[in-house]
Amino acid sequence: MNAVVETRSPVAAPHATATFKLLLKREFWEHKGGFFWAPLVAGAIGLLMTIMAIAVGEVAMRRAARSGELHIEGVQVNGLDLGMLTQKLGPEEMRHLAGGIDLSLFLSASWPLIVLAFVVFFYCLGALYDERKDRSVLFWKSLPLSDRDTVLSKAASALLVAPALALLAAVATMLGFMLVLTVVVLLHGGNPVQLLWGPGSPLSVMSQFLAALPVYALWALPTVGWLLLVSAWARSKPILWALMIPLFAGLFVSWFDLMQVFNLETTWFWKNIVARLLTSVFPGSWVDVAQFEHIDVEGPAAFRNLISLKAMYSTLLTPQLWIGAAVGAAMIFGTIRLRRWRDEG
Amino acid sequence: MNAMQHDGLRQDELQRDADSPRSVSGAVVSARGLRKVYKNKVALDGTSFEIEPGKIIGLIGPNGAGKTTALKAILGLIPFEGDLRVLGMDPRTQRDELMRDVCFIADVAVLPRWIRVREAIEFVAGVHPRFDRARCDRFLANTQLKPDMRVRELSKGMIVQLHLALVMAIDAKLLVLDEPTLGLDILYRKQFYQRLLEDYFDEQKTILITTHQVEEIEHILTDVMFIRQGKIVLDASMDEVGERYAEVMVDGGQLESARVLKPVDERALPFGKTVMLFDGVPQAQLQSLGEVRTPGLADLFVATMKGTYA
Repeated sequence: MNAVVETRSPVAAPHATATFKLLLKREFWEHKGGFFWAPLVAGAIGLLMTIMAIAVGEVAMRRAARSGELHIEGVQVNGLDLGMLTQKLGPEEMRHLAGGIDLSLFLSASWPLIVLAFVVFFYCLGALYDERKDRSVLFWKSLPLSDRDTVLSKAASALLVAPALALLAAVATMLGFMLVLTVVVLLHGGNPVQLLWGPGSPLSVMSQFLAALPVYALWALPTVGWLLLVSAWARSKPILWALMIPLFAGLFVSWFDLMQVFNLETTWFWKNIVARLLTSVFPGSWVDVAQFEHIDVEGPAAFRNLISLKAMYSTLLTPQLWIGAAVGAAMIFGTIRLRRWRDEG
Repeated sequence: MNAMQHDGLRQDELQRDADSPRSVSGAVVSARGLRKVYKNKVALDGTSFEIEPGKIIGLIGPNGAGKTTALKAILGLIPFEGDLRVLGMDPRTQRDELMRDVCFIADVAVLPRWIRVREAIEFVAGVHPRFDRARCDRFLANTQLKPDMRVRELSKGMIVQLHLALVMAIDAKLLVLDEPTLGLDILYRKQFYQRLLEDYFDEQKTILITTHQVEEIEHILTDVMFIRQGKIVLDASMDEVGERYAEVMVDGGQLESARVLKPVDERALPFGKTVMLFDGVPQAQLQSLGEVRTPGLADLFVATMKGTYA
């Protein structure tokens, strides 16, 4: 045994940011599969499907060429000569080509983001429920960690860490997609710079993806806040509570036409309350409130307008985003209180 | 309480806590009139007690007596009524600060199942200012735990080894153990308490234990508290218990004269002998009745709690 003379030297608490970093790391350790692997795998599967589709197309085209049925602008080619194709495209066609490339880039990257929405949804729903269910909350609470920091680390994981990783996975998928297309173009004797990298704007599409992070974090706040709240409150079946409360509220409002009191339509409630509580974790679900410069949506070129940075950031000027974010923050505050005082048997 | 041992400690206490708020009273835990009512049950009913530093206290009571509720109140896990100071702090409002000096093992099964041994160590080392990594590694060195193992792959006994290593590497002032060995085999149980006693406990630490396996912790306790229906019914040092209570094997012929001394409990043995438990009767008086010995905590417990479930 130690001697009585031993005195405890005062120990400085670890710095707050160091603790918070470790809390984020803890979430990442636990949810590495969802945060890191799931978007990557989704992107990889998307790429694989693209490659398979291209392969099938190639085979079909070869067969068609062999039987002499392939005609491009009146010129019969043996196989597909892409080098010749670019030479024959006018400025108007080039613009369409560019829009098409950007659109398919965008679509190729959508898989990781769809997966992200589900990962974030179920992560939030379990974040404070699972630890109560397996009683590990008692272990976390035996450490000098405040409930505030713990809940905030979970919110930050859902709003920043997971989306950042998914966006990076999306960008990686886009790069992979461009590489696949480059190889295909090269195989057909085309010039990838002329046909792909020049007209398309992969870098700007990628940077727009990354720029979506702050909009996503603010827009998803009400859903994340709601799910965390239910996760901290529900004694069982959090998913049922999380879905049923907003849905039944919506049905109730529709049934009695309650929104008439505020001179609003029932759809207002579904769109601004129910949907915001349940679906705001889907990237791009803010398009509804974004401001677009021209409503010209003819042809693939208009797609650039749709994902333009300006349109996306116009969301930041809407009351829908900020009121939703404030409500989400309030629910996170409620979550902290619940975690502090919820008594686990 | 045993005054000699105590005074030496007081000195040390005063020196150590000259600048801390709890120097007012030396108590690690001081509870007055705790009250906690669940929906249809009173768990704590005016519970009051003091816990001095440098003790190993057993909080013992039947199921539903309020043991776990009392511990949860001390750890700031539940709201309650009454006045409670732990290391001079109110666990309801100063929990975050309090947890730097208090540690607890709630149950063997509370380590998150997904975590790896090395992650658990890295995490606790990073967030706890009083965690000593070298100590933790030393405790784990003679176990079969490997850094890359996940908790879900471990046996219950190994989980406890990990949890104990993590907790023992923390230089906490108060360690609270709520049924820490539930569901463990006897080898792990023995090892658990031995470790705690040999490698962890010292005069500056206080350990508060609840368990049903009274016989196993009896010899390591310095103090004992019995709790019954939310009230502390016995609060004494083990030495006091030894002085106050006596168990006598009374022969059949002396039953009547023994009963005059008002035994708190009696139970018949085969072959006409009866074991009687006396509270506060001088040894000399008992000697004539039969063989006198110090009662085990378990027998004392059973006698004290008679009629609890009736």
